[in-house]
Amino acid sequence: MTVGAHTEMPAPSSLRLVLTLAIAGLISGIAIIGIYESTLPTITANKARELREAVFKVLPGVSQMQQLVYRDGELVATEERRKDEQAVYGGYDQQGDFVGYAIPAAGPGFQDTIGLLYGYTPKDKLVVGMEVLESRETPGLGDKIYKDADFVGSFSALSIEPEIVAVKKGSKARPNEIDAITGATISSKAVVRIINETHSEWSERLPRSGSEPPLGETEPAGAGELP
Amino acid sequence: MKKRDNRNYDELIKGIWRDNPVFVQVLGMCPMLAVTNSAINAIAMGMATFFVLVGSSFLVSSFRNWIPKQVRISCFIIIIATFVTVADYTLLALVPKVHKELGAFIPLIVANCMILGRQEAFSSRHPVRLAVLDAIGMAGGFLLALFSLGAIREILGDGALFGVNLFGANFEPWVIMILPPGGFLTLGLILLFFNWFKEKKDEFLADVAAAERSGS
Repeated sequence: MTVGAHTEMPAPSSLRLVLTLAIAGLISGIAIIGIYESTLPTITANKARELREAVFKVLPGVSQMQQLVYRDGELVATEERRKDEQAVYGGYDQQGDFVGYAIPAAGPGFQDTIGLLYGYTPKDKLVVGMEVLESRETPGLGDKIYKDADFVGSFSALSIEPEIVAVKKGSKARPNEIDAITGATISSKAVVRIINETHSEWSERLPRSGSEPPLGETEPAGAGELP
Repeated sequence: MKKRDNRNYDELIKGIWRDNPVFVQVLGMCPMLAVTNSAINAIAMGMATFFVLVGSSFLVSSFRNWIPKQVRISCFIIIIATFVTVADYTLLALVPKVHKELGAFIPLIVANCMILGRQEAFSSRHPVRLAVLDAIGMAGGFLLALFSLGAIREILGDGALFGVNLFGANFEPWVIMILPPGGFLTLGLILLFFNWFKEKKDEFLADVAAAERSGS
């Protein structure tokens, strides 16, 4: 009886077919909306926390942050950001004094887009930290750009003007040079290129050192999406 | 009564070894090869698939007499896709790190032919109890297969299991094992073993049968 029960039925009307699919779609839609609504707060909170952690990681000594949107030629501290606007994150220390910018950057890597965040202190024009947020680099080789502690650590006091240069491992001599990873030359050069390109784009826009926007009263932004 | 118990047990157990969806039926190869570069990814993928398969089998079997056969595949896909979306958002909310690693392969569970295959071949023709048992067995077999491949590849390719280093600093990892070719190699060798095992077993059974015949 149970085996192949539906094959014994006479051909159902088209109305019944349409109704079946409509009801299935409706129930499915409701279920999806339910799960979306119930997980959204957690997902947003996770993203915000991840971003805060990343900002604090690339800017040592920072304990507060706010989103700075580039609008009409200047940086505005605001949580709202339109789709076509770019933003950086300002990092401030315990007293609320400005420390540096955490700048999101993205560009082609060896396999797919590498998205990263780097910390930049305008006072001494140094890159003080780098954190890869997303990448599909080859496991075991290209993924050393975020697994190799030496490589990540070498973005700790790196001079970025004129620009960062990736050199063969062990031959770092100048403050703007960085050791590329053996076996991941393309990926490590890609990281350096992404930072250089993003920096030349932003260096024009950032205000003079010392006149950065002060820490606002509003709660630090966090949910802003990264490129 | 005894016979029914056997049936239940059989439907549950067949997916794990005799009809293992990966090693015997060779289904669901896409996630099998793509996300087994570490044991934890393999387990997360296996759990997500487990949830989707058991949930869909339960629903498909419950509604099997209401779904007209002309639109059954569409209905199965709607049910499966709903469960996949639920799994997708749940993983994103609870374990964002794992979700990031698995990436596009979570939504692609919809296209896992093992799941649709079980709905069409089993759940839509059997009562709920058997359908759920079958789904648990099949999903368990899939999870087991993913885990064994993921563990082998992580141990050889990374010298670690669940991120815990096993061999110390002197071990030179076989990077190729966590790259796509390693997946094909490992899977090929496991399939080879399964077929060899099956052949040996058939030979053994034939020998036993022959011995019994000549004995009696």
